[in-house]
Amino acid sequence: MSAIETRETAAPFRRFILRNFRLGIAFVITFVLLGITASLNERFFTPPVITSTANQSMTLVFAGMAQTSVVITGGIDLSVGPIISMSNSLASATFLEGDDGLNIILVVVLVLAVGALAGLINGLIVVYGRLQPIIVTLATSSVYSGIALFLRPRPGGYVPRIYGDLLTRRVGQLLPSDFFGAEPSGIMAFLNNFFDYIPASLIFLIIVLVVVWIPFRRSRLGMWVYAVGSNEGAAYMSGVNVRLAKVAAYVMGGLFAAIGGLFLTAQTLSGDATTGAVFTLQSIAIVVLGGTSLFGGSGGVAGTIAGAVALRLIPTILFFARVNPLQQPLWEGAVILLAVTAGASRIFTVRSRLDTMR
Amino acid sequence: MASNMETTRGFSLRRWFNGLERQDRSVLISYTMIILLIIFGTIFITPNFASPTFLTQQLRLASFLGIIAAGQMAVILTGNIDLSIPWTLNLSAVIATSIAAGENERLLLGVAAGLGIGLIVGLVNGIGVAYLRIPSMVLTLGVNAVLKGITVVYTGSAPQFQQTPDVLSRAATDVLFGFVSVAVLIWGLVSLVHYLVLSRSGLGRKTYAVGNNEIASYLSGVKTPRVLIMVFVMSGVLNALAGLLLAGNAGRSFNEMGEPFLLPAIAAVVVGGTSILGGSGKYLGTIAGVIIIRLLDGALNIVQVAPAAKDVTFGLVILAMLFLYGRGERVRE
Repeated sequence: MSAIETRETAAPFRRFILRNFRLGIAFVITFVLLGITASLNERFFTPPVITSTANQSMTLVFAGMAQTSVVITGGIDLSVGPIISMSNSLASATFLEGDDGLNIILVVVLVLAVGALAGLINGLIVVYGRLQPIIVTLATSSVYSGIALFLRPRPGGYVPRIYGDLLTRRVGQLLPSDFFGAEPSGIMAFLNNFFDYIPASLIFLIIVLVVVWIPFRRSRLGMWVYAVGSNEGAAYMSGVNVRLAKVAAYVMGGLFAAIGGLFLTAQTLSGDATTGAVFTLQSIAIVVLGGTSLFGGSGGVAGTIAGAVALRLIPTILFFARVNPLQQPLWEGAVILLAVTAGASRIFTVRSRLDTMR
Repeated sequence: MASNMETTRGFSLRRWFNGLERQDRSVLISYTMIILLIIFGTIFITPNFASPTFLTQQLRLASFLGIIAAGQMAVILTGNIDLSIPWTLNLSAVIATSIAAGENERLLLGVAAGLGIGLIVGLVNGIGVAYLRIPSMVLTLGVNAVLKGITVVYTGSAPQFQQTPDVLSRAATDVLFGFVSVAVLIWGLVSLVHYLVLSRSGLGRKTYAVGNNEIASYLSGVKTPRVLIMVFVMSGVLNALAGLLLAGNAGRSFNEMGEPFLLPAIAAVVVGGTSILGGSGKYLGTIAGVIIIRLLDGALNIVQVAPAAKDVTFGLVILAMLFLYGRGERVRE
């Protein structure tokens, strides 16, 4: 009797734990790393350090989100890095010197459109070409790097200062100094102080989540994307528009990569056709760190954000732990290998050896 | 009547082609592609394109990629992928050249150490994939990062670009009788062994079997973990070998020497008709894939097109080849 009761009450909790197990691990890892960072650097909780940490993580976050939306369908996108390069090059080539108004908006819209188009091309070739995503995006990544190099043969270009400031400074710095009154007191003083701690990039991320990801995730299309990754055949039989869902995932991938490129541009204030390349493999590591299965159907953006921050914190920790700079890549690699393999290994979670084979 | 006969004959050629197995068809297409590339290069780029000197040189340069692609192909046949190519290659080159210290007498020791590195990396990858069941893409990515770290620690802040011993340089660059490169001979030897293993040995059959259906192979008594470990060891050792030859070719070893080989190696395997999902593909096709990638690169280098156009062309050719090989089945399972 009591056993049944226990089972009934325990089931939802157990299910919740099981369902979010990987996500939980991702957050635990990130918070542990945050704790270590904070203990090594007593200035960690100061506005400049928080802001620079957020800014340095942000391109990784968007690269990871781009990869996540494709990986959820069971695919993979090797063109994330090149699309970031292409967006960075395109932005730096189209910003007009002296025009800090309409031009900036047009450039942003153009870059987003081109990124989405690149994703659309990936998706259409994968779906209607019936070819494997890894090899299709390998080919298109070469094409997109070429276009980036065409737009920006050598590093440089003009990026408006105000554009960079808007995305990379602190909210407190962007608001007029007397926004909360000339001499703020009480709640106003608190707000004044509070906004000084908030990086503008964080607001930017929240806007992207609220405007792009959450509506997508909650729409029928978003559900289809998970369904397709979980079991394509069953999804098809249940009337899911498999093709549309897959193409949509790649379009989202291209869009997020373009957003990453836009942020990178704000951060570096210049264009370089090769800066994006590193993000492809990093995005895969982030996705795995974030608890999204490479086989599709599970995971999401929350874990990815945690994964990106974790990946970014590793070099910071090594720096503050005064690890010999020469040994940094080794420790970085070791931590990534450990985290990623622990997250992805299937030997610990299965009942039978056959379950591990796909 | 006569014309009718002709059409039937023409039709039967097409039917023969369509009747071929998918992987044989890909091999045929890829070799046709090589011939077309040479013809195209001769007509539109330079008459020298078909000259023995140029082709000999291209073949010599292709041999480095060819050795890497051979290992990668074995891994891809099992439905896995090896992303640890760049730094396996790099670390073994760095260690081999520093042990050899530019002296021919110590070269054997260096080569043994370099290949040993490849063996160890292959074992680690193989065991991780076979027993810990970590997806190969993730594991080899992480291993690559660790190997990079080890290499950087080993070479120090100022990598002493160790000169390679004379013998190693000559193995990578010498051309015998004006057209037989030593490097190509090594590639040929590797290819022969690789071909025999894949198509004439039990291990080869099991490799295809695991790629086709791992569960079925396991249940039929194939020791699938051993097969997986073997292919990753093959890949590791061949990467190390390519690293040694590349160091010989450049006259020294240096950091990031392996980065430009990862994606072309995968592309060569796929352009050669091997399915990225594993289970199907011929080694003859991989050889063709390597030559195609090399000739394409060589052609674009001669024209001296902007790097931008080179990348775009490269991508479009891979896509075009994929479409030529035929698309996936339209099965919903």
